[in-house]
Amino acid sequence: MGSLAVLYLLLGAEFIAMAQIIVYAGAVMVLFIFVIMLLNAGAEERRGRSWIAQILGIPGLIAFFGVIVYYIQREFAGAGYSKFGNFTGGSAEKFGTALFTDYLLPFEVTSVLILVAILGAIVLARKEMD
Amino acid sequence: MREALQSLQNGVPISWYLILSAVLFSLGAAGFVFRRSIITVFMCIELMLNAANLAFVAFARMRGALDGQVIAFFVMVVAAAEVVVGLAILTAIFRARRSASVDDPSLMKY
Repeated sequence: MGSLAVLYLLLGAEFIAMAQIIVYAGAVMVLFIFVIMLLNAGAEERRGRSWIAQILGIPGLIAFFGVIVYYIQREFAGAGYSKFGNFTGGSAEKFGTALFTDYLLPFEVTSVLILVAILGAIVLARKEMD
Repeated sequence: MREALQSLQNGVPISWYLILSAVLFSLGAAGFVFRRSIITVFMCIELMLNAANLAFVAFARMRGALDGQVIAFFVMVVAAAEVVVGLAILTAIFRARRSASVDDPSLMKY
């Protein structure tokens, strides 16, 4: 997740890179580790796997990957090059301007979404009142 | 491949970012299908969302526009909210069943 932030930085998305570090390294992974610690889960048990998944799973995924890479090479092979510093449109200033002008409605809907997520987490995680 | 390596002094081809995104998405899909632990399945969902984010940012770079980065930001917000609610559900399921396998909650009651 942290190396993805470096890739975003190379692609000229500075704000996204910083948000990636803060959100993923700072929040999501800590939450995951906290839940793993809380649940104290052992090794996963291996049982009840359908043999269709066992036979077709790996070749199907490789075929899926191959088709995607084939289309990428066919459609985007001449898509140009990305050099660090060529594209400077992703600074926090420009990003904020875009967020508060063109994308104002999705931004506000996002705040409602976060509110619903907070309420849902509280309702799910509270103790049962008998 | 040799021409691609020689032209690396122009920068990295954007299609390579897309191929890395495809690799990440395939790994996430494989983990989602084959793993049995709910926590690992959640991590694989995060991996797939990150792959989509990388593709969005690469497309934004390709077009020289900011729209793809804004969409990647919204995907990030939705992923964070999803993790919060999902892990709360996971804790509730674990409290009820003492198990973190995806096979156990096949019935909606216990």
